[in-house]
Amino acid sequence: MAAISREEVAHLARLSRLAVTEEELDTFAGQLDVILQSVAQVGEVAAADIPPTSHSVPLTNVLREDVVVPGLTPQEALSGAPDADQQRFRVPRILDEDVAS
Amino acid sequence: MTTTLPAYDDVVARYEPVIGLETHVELGTNTKMFCGCPTDFGGEPNTRVCPVCLGLPGSLPVANKAAIEATIRIGLALNCSIAEWCRFARKNYFYPDMPKDFQISQYDEPLCFDGYLDVEVDGELVRIGIERVHLEEDTGKTLHVGGATGRIHGATESLVDYNRAGIPLVEIVTKPVPGTGALAPEVARAYVTELRDVLRSLGVSDVRMEEGSLRCDVNTSLNLPGEEWGTRTETKNVNSLRSVERAVRSEMLRQAAVLDAGGKITQETRHFHEDTGDTTPGRSKETATDYRYFPEPDLVPLAPDAAWVAELKAALPELPRLHRRRLQEQWGLSDLDMQSVLNAGAVELIEQTVAAGATPAAARKWWLGELSRRANEAGIELADVGATPAQVAELQGLVDAGKLNDKLARSVLEGVVAGEGSPTEIMTDRGLEVVSDTGALTAAVDEAIAANPGIADKIRSGKVAAAGALVGAVMKTTRGQADAKTVRELILERLGVQG
Amino acid sequence: MSDLTRLTATEIAGLVATGETSAVEVTRAHLDRIAAVDDRVHAFLHVDTDGALAAARAVDERRAAGEELGPLAGVPVAVKDVLTTKGVPTTVGSKILEGWRPPYDATIVQRLREAGTVMLGKTNMDEFAMGSSTEYSAYGPTRNPWDTDRIPGGSGGGSAAALAAYEAPLSIGSDTGGSIRQPGAVTGTVGAKPTYGGTSRYGLVAFSSSLDTPGPCARTVLDAALLHQVIGGHDPRDSTSIPAPVPDVVAAAKLGATGDLTGVKLGIVSEFTGEGAEPGVLAAFRESVDTLAKLGAEIVEVSCPHFRYALPAYYLIAPSECSSNLARFDGVRFGLRVGDDGNRSLEEVMSLTREAGFGAEVKRRIMIGTYALSSGYYDAYYGQAQKVRTLITRDFTAAFERVDALISPTTPFVAFPLGARTSDPYQMYLADLFTIPTNLYGGPGISVPCGLSDGLPVGLQVMAPTMADDRMYRVAAALESVVGTFTPPAL
Ligand SMILES: [Mg+2]
Ligand SMILES: [Zn+2]
Repeated sequence: MAAISREEVAHLARLSRLAVTEEELDTFAGQLDVILQSVAQVGEVAAADIPPTSHSVPLTNVLREDVVVPGLTPQEALSGAPDADQQRFRVPRILDEDVAS
Repeated sequence: MTTTLPAYDDVVARYEPVIGLETHVELGTNTKMFCGCPTDFGGEPNTRVCPVCLGLPGSLPVANKAAIEATIRIGLALNCSIAEWCRFARKNYFYPDMPKDFQISQYDEPLCFDGYLDVEVDGELVRIGIERVHLEEDTGKTLHVGGATGRIHGATESLVDYNRAGIPLVEIVTKPVPGTGALAPEVARAYVTELRDVLRSLGVSDVRMEEGSLRCDVNTSLNLPGEEWGTRTETKNVNSLRSVERAVRSEMLRQAAVLDAGGKITQETRHFHEDTGDTTPGRSKETATDYRYFPEPDLVPLAPDAAWVAELKAALPELPRLHRRRLQEQWGLSDLDMQSVLNAGAVELIEQTVAAGATPAAARKWWLGELSRRANEAGIELADVGATPAQVAELQGLVDAGKLNDKLARSVLEGVVAGEGSPTEIMTDRGLEVVSDTGALTAAVDEAIAANPGIADKIRSGKVAAAGALVGAVMKTTRGQADAKTVRELILERLGVQG
Repeated sequence: MSDLTRLTATEIAGLVATGETSAVEVTRAHLDRIAAVDDRVHAFLHVDTDGALAAARAVDERRAAGEELGPLAGVPVAVKDVLTTKGVPTTVGSKILEGWRPPYDATIVQRLREAGTVMLGKTNMDEFAMGSSTEYSAYGPTRNPWDTDRIPGGSGGGSAAALAAYEAPLSIGSDTGGSIRQPGAVTGTVGAKPTYGGTSRYGLVAFSSSLDTPGPCARTVLDAALLHQVIGGHDPRDSTSIPAPVPDVVAAAKLGATGDLTGVKLGIVSEFTGEGAEPGVLAAFRESVDTLAKLGAEIVEVSCPHFRYALPAYYLIAPSECSSNLARFDGVRFGLRVGDDGNRSLEEVMSLTREAGFGAEVKRRIMIGTYALSSGYYDAYYGQAQKVRTLITRDFTAAFERVDALISPTTPFVAFPLGARTSDPYQMYLADLFTIPTNLYGGPGISVPCGLSDGLPVGLQVMAPTMADDRMYRVAAALESVVGTFTPPAL
């Protein structure tokens, strides 16, 4: 049984903001299927009571003092921008008004 | 929606509302949450940025200690438990105002959780449960160009400024609040007001809703008595205390109309419109993004130890409700009088005016009288009326010193509100000082006596009450700048009559 | 003067310090070598001729002024294009960053400058460090100096090939699943992955934040240790940086070079010596084990039962983190933008930009990661992989209670021909089979040349406990003292 369908790959591409071609969808569906079936092996491990590891360093409370540090000039900040106007980063019209915070 | 809305009384007679509030507060730290850029408001676009808050490739976040402490203090003030161990999480979604296209936030491990805040509505105490208080980063600001009134719809392009990106943002989420009935809108407003006062007393934020440092989302649902809670909507963009109240009320009416018509409420976000006072739909739950939260690997866990939390707790200031009770006693006010001070949003202003030297009674008179009237007329908060507590105290000082009478003081206050300077400066500049030069005053009195021989005779014959007419005449010639009591004494003296 | 490009970093630093040669001469020699051979090797994406000569001149001036120079002053270094270099192009091997000149230096780059090393340029790599052959670079593959029809390993193939081709005596790599050690093994050079948190990630363009570890590459163990010492240590700009001094890796390398391993207990990971590895690789490994035993090391076999799940766990964790880390490449603040024709929406332009800017392997991993983090799949994939990570860490901890360090072949196979594994992504993933557990655990690992198989280099991997990087240098240097260094046929 396939781990992932062509439609699911299309959904993942949308979520990932990748305008994949029809041809790529076919290739990726096959490849992702092989990869996902392989990595699904992690499910074989009995780990119900094992805590997850998100960080390999045993550190906590790494904090910075609340002191201003010089940053970039607006020229430096905008130097790599594909497009800028009025000292701001210019982007095409935005469709989706909703933002979470 | 073309349906006619039902009457509010009718709605609350038939439905029970459940409300909930999510409040975002920008902390007043010196620097941003994860970098050393300054947080000061305003400034030219993209002047408070660095590789970290621009999300440049390779940059890494380091958490601001002051922001962590401020969040723990907020949690403690809201009677929360403080997590012994928690992590930041990434909330993934694409949006141009978010430099990394994910927000560093907290997910299932908030720094503070399970608290409450007591608020007073109509003299009754309502306990609002606090679900969680967590820390995250703010987004940049987007300027929409080419459309009507800067709205996103119809805009042809947008311009992004990242000065605000990365400013520490505390999110405070209440538990659902049932059982408030018709008072739901007032409870919502009272909660935000009280929360704002708490945050201000902690000194963690300037809590200015109009500048966006305090922002509210309001959840509302309706259910029939005895039935399960209804589907809730989340109203975003509610940015004044008055709007909090209006948004709840408007959403209750809208939902009631939908339910009355046999419809179903869609779980969705809605936008509140300041101008019309109603809400319009945003994104529905079905199309909502999967945020793919996972622990932020670039930041290590937070584990506030008991000693640190105890230290922060010991340093908490007196919280507003207790503080107000103490002030009420000090000022000798009845519950009713205190309530009117509260309703006017004048507690702190009066307190500061008293601290600047005025008596509580005088301070209360100015803030609840003339200044409240002006604020109401202008539709603004009392604190924004244009006079400071120090100025009001100075004004009262001039009255107490006999340099201004009540009428003149009001004129001076007008100048203060108009930004013309300090009360003393305005008094001098406008030439409003009480005429205390007895030579000039005597001449004016003599002139009035000579011009009104009949009245003068009446007074000489003992009809002292007739002196009022002559006082009026003198006040007229001195353009109100004389002290009426002094004028009256002078008239009687010139006519040889005992007062 | 003999050919300056054949010298070790230690030798160059000595000559510059005494004034027998100048940093400028050394730099010119390497720039000339790059000009002569790099069209065949393609180790470099960008050569910073002016910057290198200016840095070299500054060192010579400081020496002339009688200033004390650091241990690597005047030594040329090639830097993997994954680290930001102020004003110098940084592409991460991707079209999406073509032409980007960062406004800031990575901490490691800053430390290299402060140490007086001379940055020659930026080296080729698999796009975003995702790959094991450097064939996934958007700018064309790097070739193995041992056989230019073969891959130099990856993702840091450029940094390893530059050493093997004598274009640089030192280079910087980054190791997320083996990207320093594995190219080291197949090019006959030394590659060390420090303890995670032992070298700063600030300015390292992130692939998988909880695994990425920058580290040193060199032709000798001592050179690698010297470079490690210069770039390592606490960095307050990286929250995951360990606030402790670098273990004395230089002293350890020198101790190892005496060829005495008496009292050192080494564990052979039994899971790594069976199927999956080429016979020639296993033969070279076994011979090295005998050598280490002769030097006095006690050899025992150790089982790490969960290591067999390291590869699947890695290929869930790394893509998950990468799907988030690479979101910022959206054509708004820097890099490529495609399709902004005045009609398309931002959403369309973002999607077209990412589609055009990312290669197929990057897209695959972004989608795998997006899948693994999705609600409904999180627990079975990402969550379960993190639990496996815990179990692998426990395997290491248990093993290090019995032995001082673990040894294994670095890679299951020697350098394969270009194109041999690109059609089957999962076959490519197998190249990192032996290096991945260390990344999941966070400890240090080093690859040191240990022999040849069919005329191609084989590497031996030494894995040590976290913050015991010095141990692996000692063992590696001891082996090197017997087997020596390996020189590829002339290009
Ligand atoms: Mg939030
Ligand atoms: Zn910043």
